[in-house]
Amino acid sequence: MNIDWAHFTPFASLTGGIILGVASAIFILINGRVLGISAILGGLMPPKMGDTSWRIAFMLGLFAAPTVFHAVMPAQYITAPRIDATDMMVIVAGLLVGIGTRYASGCTSGHGVCGLSRLSPRSLLATASFMSAGFVMVYVLRHVL
Amino acid sequence: MIHKNHLYRVVEFAVGLLFGFGLMLSGMTDPGKVVGFLDLFGTWDPSLALVMGGAIMVGFFAFTVAKKRTTSFFGGMLRLPTTNRMDKPLVIGSLLFGAGWGLAGFCPGPALVSMADGQPKALVFVLAMLVGMLGFELMDRFVHAPRKAKLNAA
Repeated sequence: MNIDWAHFTPFASLTGGIILGVASAIFILINGRVLGISAILGGLMPPKMGDTSWRIAFMLGLFAAPTVFHAVMPAQYITAPRIDATDMMVIVAGLLVGIGTRYASGCTSGHGVCGLSRLSPRSLLATASFMSAGFVMVYVLRHVL
Repeated sequence: MIHKNHLYRVVEFAVGLLFGFGLMLSGMTDPGKVVGFLDLFGTWDPSLALVMGGAIMVGFFAFTVAKKRTTSFFGGMLRLPTTNRMDKPLVIGSLLFGAGWGLAGFCPGPALVSMADGQPKALVFVLAMLVGMLGFELMDRFVHAPRKAKLNAA
């Protein structure tokens, strides 16, 4: 295994991860809810009476993040995203992620962060499954095709 | 007087903001970084392991406290998941999700943040994801639920 030292960002990634943990902690302890993006968004597709305002408040916060990030962070932390996938691949990926996360009742945040944090065997199985599928997909894309 | 519901809305907004900020700082909003992490047999970028590690380190303490409580700090309901089922939808759904994640390097949170940051491909991804979510919802309502009802009636 070769480590990609050029792109490895231990400090920013660990700090970012800790912030994700803090956000999840506030959400469960103060709002009493699990911070799972696919569930919060999925609940709006379609919206249900009396169950939308909290979801929208959270989404607006998420959408405000880039503006705040660009305003407060030094330029070295702002990098242009690298997107190799074609539009067609992005569409197929979006469909798979939309259907898959709803079918599995969770994604990287709900199962990966919150589920593993509360030591849920169900979330461990989900995380192992999506990680494995991700490893296989990238292996096929980069080393087989 | 500030209604308690307003306070909840403020916290939800702040948590969304904090979470989005964390995603950007961690590098999760860069599909190249995600794919670099998933590329175990190429040149591997371990950054995302630290993202998960850092988040779970904090989350573990929070959920340990949450499990011992019945109400939130604001006195509201504490909604911890109650299902423990290790079933087919969980595994198949996760495999589909993982395949999509590897294909474009986006998962739901980072895609939404990246879209708000003005990335055209993130917008395309989010639109497709919403179609997928809505499609699942319709399948569930008009195919799965009637089938289940039929089984129960039989």
